[in-house]
Amino acid sequence: MTPLQVGLLGVIGLLGVGCYGLLITRNLIKVVMALQILVKAVVLALVLAGQAGSQAGLGQSLAATVIVADTMVAVVGLALAVQIRRRVGSVDISAISTLRG
Amino acid sequence: MGDSAIHLILVVGALVCAYRAMTSPRILSSTIYLACVSAAVAMMLYLLGAYQVAVIELSVGAGLVTVLLVYAISVVGDDASDPGSVIPRPVAVGLALLTAVMLGYMAYSLPSTAAIGRVPPLIRALWEQRVLDVWIQMVLIFAGVLGILGLLAEGKSARAKAHGSAGNGHRTVKVVPPTACGYAPPAPRGAHDPAKKEEVHA
Repeated sequence: MTPLQVGLLGVIGLLGVGCYGLLITRNLIKVVMALQILVKAVVLALVLAGQAGSQAGLGQSLAATVIVADTMVAVVGLALAVQIRRRVGSVDISAISTLRG
Repeated sequence: MGDSAIHLILVVGALVCAYRAMTSPRILSSTIYLACVSAAVAMMLYLLGAYQVAVIELSVGAGLVTVLLVYAISVVGDDASDPGSVIPRPVAVGLALLTAVMLGYMAYSLPSTAAIGRVPPLIRALWEQRVLDVWIQMVLIFAGVLGILGLLAEGKSARAKAHGSAGNGHRTVKVVPPTACGYAPPAPRGAHDPAKKEEVHA
């Protein structure tokens, strides 16, 4: 196997674990962690695609943009988690739902 | 072969750490495992030749995000139990495997093109072809700083409230003007009364 194929295997595995984490948890902080794992897989995929498509610079610049955006998503998500914990007393995402039915 | 073996070791380590991050009962342990995933991904990026992205991933993913997670856990509490999944775990495993298999089928069937000519470096691609991305990154960083400021401001007011109610045995007394509560205390003897003064002059 070439390093690109091994990296692609890592991308698929990380995406699977991230999806699994999003499906099994209701803790808001763990949801943020699952999103982090998904975005790490996406960063790796962008760099691998740039290498495979002979546009390494483009893939790396997009990966840097995705890292910054993901960090801001984590910041806002954790701020929301802290505020929800203070107001509701729980970080369970089903406890903050106001919809019934 | 040796390069592929190093990649394979890093991939297996990242996957094990990611799985442990999702299934660990303690959130603080999950944070440490997530930092290990970030470090493994950064090493893979470095071996692939993306040096700048590897440094950004290591400093931001394993540094800043870990510090933010630890801060949030210190506020929320590590004992915040995970109430469990909405759907049964076998169904979740099946859905995740289905997603991974479909993605692998699509990705491995793509043809890889060989490098043609001279590849532009990251600096040129970032500052000449993707200038809009740089501006968007600046806006995003500004929004993140505002988010952190909002988070810390709320913490400061909560601390002030706690200090006023029970801190050190002292209480903060709010002074309410007498007219605000509909009661005006009688004026002490010899105090200045403007109505009485007008009556005398008349």
